[in-house]
Amino acid sequence: MGWLPSGWSNFSAAFASATMKKTHLLALVVIAIAIGIVMATAGDASVYVSFKEAKELAADGDLRKVHVVGRLPHDAQGNPASLQYNPTLDPNYFSFTLVDTNRIAQQVVYFNPKPQDFEKSEQIVITGNMRNDVFVADKILLKCPSKYVENEVKGATAAR
Amino acid sequence: MNIGDWGHLSVIVAFAAAMVAALGYFMAARQRPLGEADESWLRLGRTAFIVHGLAVVGVIVALFGIIHGHRYEYYYAWSHSSNHLPVYYMISCFWEGQEGSFLLWIFWHVVLGAFIIRGSRQWEAPVMAVFAFVQLFLVSMILGVVIGSLKLGSSPFILMREFMPDLPVYKLNPDWVPEDGKGLNALLQNYWMVIHPPTLFLGFALTLVPFAYAIAGLWKGELTKWVQPAIRWSLVGGGVLGVGVMMGAYWAYETLNFGGYWNWDPVENAVYIPWLVLVAALHALVLWQRGRTGLRTAYSLVIATFLLILYATFLTRSGVLGNASVHSFTDLGLSGQLLLYLGAFVVLSVAMLVWRWKQIPVSEKELTMYNAELWVFIGATVLCLGAFQVLVTTSIPVYNALMGLFGVKTNVALPADQIAHYTKIQLWMGVFVALFSGIAQLLWWQKNSKETISNTLTIPTILTLLFASLFILLVRNNGLPMSLPFIAVLTTGLFGVLANLSMLLQLIRRGVRISGGAVSHIGIALMLLGILASAGYSNIISKNTSGLLYSREFPDDLNRDNVLLWRNQAAEMGPYKLTYTGQFYDVPGVPGYVNKELLFRTADEYKALARADIKQEDGKTYYKAGDTLEIRPEDTYYRVEYKHKESGKQFVLYPRAQVNQEMGGLLASPDIKLFWDHDIYSHVSSVPDPSKEKDWSEVKEYTVSMGDTLILNDYVAVFKEAEPATNLAGLGLSKDDIAVQADLIVSGEGGKQYHAHPIFVVKDRLVGRVPDEIEALGLRISFNNLDPTSGKFTFGVSTTQKDYVILKAMEKPFINLLWSGTLLMGLGFGMAVWQRGRKPRPAPATKVPRTSKAPQVA
Repeated sequence: MGWLPSGWSNFSAAFASATMKKTHLLALVVIAIAIGIVMATAGDASVYVSFKEAKELAADGDLRKVHVVGRLPHDAQGNPASLQYNPTLDPNYFSFTLVDTNRIAQQVVYFNPKPQDFEKSEQIVITGNMRNDVFVADKILLKCPSKYVENEVKGATAAR
Repeated sequence: MNIGDWGHLSVIVAFAAAMVAALGYFMAARQRPLGEADESWLRLGRTAFIVHGLAVVGVIVALFGIIHGHRYEYYYAWSHSSNHLPVYYMISCFWEGQEGSFLLWIFWHVVLGAFIIRGSRQWEAPVMAVFAFVQLFLVSMILGVVIGSLKLGSSPFILMREFMPDLPVYKLNPDWVPEDGKGLNALLQNYWMVIHPPTLFLGFALTLVPFAYAIAGLWKGELTKWVQPAIRWSLVGGGVLGVGVMMGAYWAYETLNFGGYWNWDPVENAVYIPWLVLVAALHALVLWQRGRTGLRTAYSLVIATFLLILYATFLTRSGVLGNASVHSFTDLGLSGQLLLYLGAFVVLSVAMLVWRWKQIPVSEKELTMYNAELWVFIGATVLCLGAFQVLVTTSIPVYNALMGLFGVKTNVALPADQIAHYTKIQLWMGVFVALFSGIAQLLWWQKNSKETISNTLTIPTILTLLFASLFILLVRNNGLPMSLPFIAVLTTGLFGVLANLSMLLQLIRRGVRISGGAVSHIGIALMLLGILASAGYSNIISKNTSGLLYSREFPDDLNRDNVLLWRNQAAEMGPYKLTYTGQFYDVPGVPGYVNKELLFRTADEYKALARADIKQEDGKTYYKAGDTLEIRPEDTYYRVEYKHKESGKQFVLYPRAQVNQEMGGLLASPDIKLFWDHDIYSHVSSVPDPSKEKDWSEVKEYTVSMGDTLILNDYVAVFKEAEPATNLAGLGLSKDDIAVQADLIVSGEGGKQYHAHPIFVVKDRLVGRVPDEIEALGLRISFNNLDPTSGKFTFGVSTTQKDYVILKAMEKPFINLLWSGTLLMGLGFGMAVWQRGRKPRPAPATKVPRTSKAPQVA
């Protein structure tokens, strides 16, 4: 086995004859990797936060992407007033205001086309982080009024 | 009794019969050694299972009858089907709902049970006892019986007025029946959705067989004999489930618009996890059969596979995923029942395993580096670790729900960048699987020593390094980055292919049978390479290069991945020149798509009149002008011409979009151009909202004579003539009425000519006008007046924003490696099943006494 260091088989033989058997060694390695996987998941997991917390995180330099749940503010006529999308000028710029569950309003920018029927959604979940006073979303999940239906709109990062 | 009552009765019979079968088989096997089942109990169990099977078929026939007969008084037909659905999609509506998909699963268990009854001989009683017990639980999910406040299952035979008794219409007319159904989700109207769910559920069902054998072995103390039948069934299951998962991936690639074939959606993960564990279990079983080692692992993994299938069912059907998944089933309020079901099987099977654990034989020999078994074992471990990661992450919504039960509010969410999260572990799983599959396969077929090992390993290793360096150079030469993990995948993937291939060739030369294992391992390694190329080097070619940006707040790191295409105006995109040329419909019976401009929509949205002869590329005329034809109005196809700037080669793609209020707006599906070495994948990401009224400019009037030229909003138009219009459908003209139709020819971009035919009508002495719209140019022309004395005609013209689409396109290099690898993998599984069926292995050499209570050496 030229591709392994020459002492390897001696080493492993010695190891096997020692009190710790190879299966035990393997079990230990497996447990270590499993713990590593759990830690990695805990590290990568995102959280549901309010805009206030999102701002605090960003202020601390934490650029982790978070989930924010909110609704669109409606004007007196019941129309969402804050939507800004002009495809002929820039099809990849969509901006709107979202009010989170603590009633804090925040401008959100989504560098993708506006999801169709965005106005009609009841509840919106966005993923992203705060940058320079705007929340940059890379994923938008709409909860539509019809009871069960939901539609996910994938953003730039999800599509890669 | 009507068809629904028959169906519901069949469900109840199936439930009762499953109970009797479970009891009969249980009593037949109880306290008797394997193969000496009590005859009369056995006969009872068997008869009851046959009755159960017939009842299940009855349920299916009844439900399909309801869907096929458009009997919308039933909720299931109303919510999943519609009048215009072709029969082959009615099959898909069958399993669009939870109840139907349970039914499908139950049906496969019946089929597999029939095989067990026919072929398993002494195993029949204990294995079928497990089968019938599982069926009891599954049928209870569609039982639809309410006892007090307890709801047991959800029946597919529920009537509309039972499901929605509060609809106001029932107060006026209790016998009201909807005229049309809600229809099948458009994304599911795809041929893959006809065969993907049955394949997947067959895979689900197949995991029960090795599980049932394992439980039967534990129960009867036959701790080794179950391995042989279990291997064959696991092979079938591994192949079917693997191919089923990949069918789903291919459907997603073709139909959904997230830009790939795998999205780490919990619904996908829920099947991926048990498949990985099943494959690991299969390897453990083979290890026992060949090397007399790994039996405890095999037991644990076979049982874990089935439990994970149940867990997957719980995840996707209980509503626990909530926001986390795009396409989980609707919540039927059965989560309690599902949880109970899951808990019962976990407790029972783990308890049985613990009970027999000490008696399960363990190998005394220590495996060395020269044993293929060691590498197989490590490979299986890697698979389990990979499955573990997906399980831990996919279950995040469950943790929140669990903590909520204890009154603790947690706010953990799935990783924001799931792809990065999964990739960082799954990539290395792939690397090690490819590596170990190559090593193990090379060592598997011979006795190994230091000498032979270096002989067998040398050639594949050298070739691997050679090819890997070559590819790395090629990639770098093309200006693409190649990170260390990518190099690892490339190298081990190549090694997986070459090592398995060299073994395959050696085996053929030696005249030994072809190894199905080697074939499927080549497939897996090719899939890995295909994923590396198509996902790792997926390249968005629709970058916005117009220079027009709304804001430059974040200039550097954000992708602007969509381009706007005006109708008939060429735009540059990557190496291509693109032109969007219009909207098309699918007309049944006409190949390709038919331009919307050639169709005049009627009051019936499924019918249209042909405005001109409908000729397709094959030169055949399918409809003459004035013919009524059937259309599929749900889908609009946007025709986009691609012209490669350097080679001048052209092709046309028709990405599809459907405006669907219920599903949340625009459902876009890609169209994909296949080349041997890459795919061009593109979909529309936005179109002008078709449900919104267009903003028309103020009408501008032109008064002209016949033959005059007009300038309409930058376009040159010629008023050719006006003639009496006859036979105008829908206007209901009588003899004394007058209708005049004008013919205007407008020259659009690229010299393309459009005809407009506005109509002027005098009906019952009232003036009417039927304007005509040239959608491509954003023009609407109405025939406002005519003065017979002066020969002057007046036209009103208004304009609107021109039609456009916003398009996203990407290139997927070498994605064919993934699909061909999948086919090879499936083929390998098939070969292995066939070989094992033809040449049964000799009985195990070391017999373990059946009732031995002697402690085994651990």
